[in-house]
Amino acid sequence: MLTIRSVGRRFPGGVEALRDVSLRLGAGDFLALLGPSGCGKSTLLRLIAGLDRPDAGSLDWDAGHALAPGDAGFVFQDATLLPWATAEDNVFLPLRLRGMSRPRAMPAVREALAHVGLGGFEKARPRTLSGGMRMRVSIARALVTRPRLLLMDEPFAALDEFTRHKLQADLLALWRELGCTIVFVTHSIYEACFLARRIVLMTPRPGRVAREMASALAHGADTRLDPAYAALVAEVSRSMERALEAG
Amino acid sequence: MKAAPLLFGLLALIAWEAVVRAGNVPPYIVPGPVAIVAAFAAGPLSLLTALASTLVVTFIALAVAAVLGALLAFAMSVSRLAQAAIQPWAVVLQVTPIVAIVPLVIIWVGYLVTSPRISTLITLVVSATIVAFFPIFANTAEGLASAPAELGDLFRLYGGGRWQTLALLRLPAALPYFLTGLRISGGLALVGAVVAEFVAGSGGFASGLAYTIQEAGFRLQVPRMFAALVLLSLAGIAINLGLGALARFVLRRRGMA
Repeated sequence: MLTIRSVGRRFPGGVEALRDVSLRLGAGDFLALLGPSGCGKSTLLRLIAGLDRPDAGSLDWDAGHALAPGDAGFVFQDATLLPWATAEDNVFLPLRLRGMSRPRAMPAVREALAHVGLGGFEKARPRTLSGGMRMRVSIARALVTRPRLLLMDEPFAALDEFTRHKLQADLLALWRELGCTIVFVTHSIYEACFLARRIVLMTPRPGRVAREMASALAHGADTRLDPAYAALVAEVSRSMERALEAG
Repeated sequence: MKAAPLLFGLLALIAWEAVVRAGNVPPYIVPGPVAIVAAFAAGPLSLLTALASTLVVTFIALAVAAVLGALLAFAMSVSRLAQAAIQPWAVVLQVTPIVAIVPLVIIWVGYLVTSPRISTLITLVVSATIVAFFPIFANTAEGLASAPAELGDLFRLYGGGRWQTLALLRLPAALPYFLTGLRISGGLALVGAVVAEFVAGSGGFASGLAYTIQEAGFRLQVPRMFAALVLLSLAGIAINLGLGALARFVLRRRGMA
C-alpha cells in the first residue's frame, strides 16, 4: 500500500533522524520497526502518519491507498487519553472530530471497546483504570474508525510484563480478525519477534534500515516456549549486534 | 498531628497573654489576646461592616480579574499577534507595585466618575483587580498550552480543526490551571483591596478594614487594630480554603482529581 523511497529527515538543530530509508509496506502486513533509542523509528512512524514531512525522498501511496483522516489509527507510548472524558467519550473522539453525532457513533464506540475487552467500562474515567486498561482504551480509540492502517509507537513499553504479554496476544488476535495493516515501533527484540511478520532492524545516528527479516512463526498457545521463537530471537539479536557494530 | 497547628497556636496565645500581663505591657503598645477579643466584642458591628465592605471589593475584583485574565489568556492562545501585544504589558502590570499605581487610578477614576461614593468603589476594585489579574492570566495561559503534544497530534490525525482542538482539548486542559490561578488571586485580591484602601482613604464609600486599622491607629486603639487585623487574616484564610474546596469539587466532578 505504501512505498517509502530514500527518505531523509533532519531536525532543526542538525540531528539527522533518518537517512536514505527505503521500505515497502503491503496491505495486511504486521511490520515491526526495531531498534535502540534514537534510531528514528518513531520519526518514520510519524512520517507514515503524515504528522511530519521528510526533507528528502518520498512516501508514495499506491493508487486508492492514500490516507484520509480516520484511515490510520495511532497509538502512542502513553495512553494519552483525555482525563476528563469517560472511556466511551475518549473512544468517541475520532468520530466526533469527523462530525459524527453521538447517537450515530455509539454502536461503533461500544464495539471498539468490546473488541479490546472493555465492555462494561464505558463510563469509567481514565484515572480509575489501570495502565493496561488505559492502553486498551487507547487502542479502542485507534480502532473506532475501522482504520486500514494501525500505527503503534512502543504502546506496551510502559506496562508490566504480565499486562504486556496479555495485550500482545490480544493485539495479534485483533490483527487477524480485522485484517488491518500494522506498523509497530518497539525497542524490544522479544516483542518484535513475537508480534511481527516482518522485522525491520534500524540503527541510530543517523537512523537507517540495517536489515529486514521475515518471521514464519506459527502462533499458538505456547508461542513464547516454541523453539522457533527462541531461534528467531537469537537470530535477530545477532543481526542487531552486527548491525550496531558495523554502524 | 492534625491538632498540632491548633495546639501550637493556643500555646502561643497563652504565652503572649502571660508575657503581656507579667511585663505589665500597656495595651496601646501590645494588647494581649483577651484585650483584642474584648475590643472586637465592644464594637462587632462596625468591624464586621468594614469587613463586608472590604470583601465586596475583593470579590468584585476577583470576578473581574477572572473574566479578564481568562479572556486575555484565551486571546493570546489563539493569536500570536495578541500574544506579542499583550504579554509584555501583563508583566509590566505584574511588576509595578500597586501602591504606586493607586494614586493614578484615583485621579483617572475621579475624572471619569463624579459620584465620590462610586468613584472610590471603582478605584478600589480597579486596584485590587490589577493585583489579582496576573496569576489567573498566567496560569490560564499556561493551561491552554498544557495539553500533551501527542494529543495535539491525535487531533491533527483525525482532521480536528482549530476550534475543535480548542473546545475539546485546550480549554478543558486549562481548567485546573485556571482554578489554581483563581485560588492564588483570591488571596491577592484581598491584599489589593486592603492596599488600595490604605492609599485611597475611604472617600464616600463605606469604609473597609484598612480604613478601620488606620483610624484606630490614629486614636491609639491598638486592640481594635489587632481585631481588624485578625478579621483580615481570617477572611484571607477563608477565601483560600473556599477556593481550594471549589477547585477540588470541580476537578473531582470532571474526573481529574
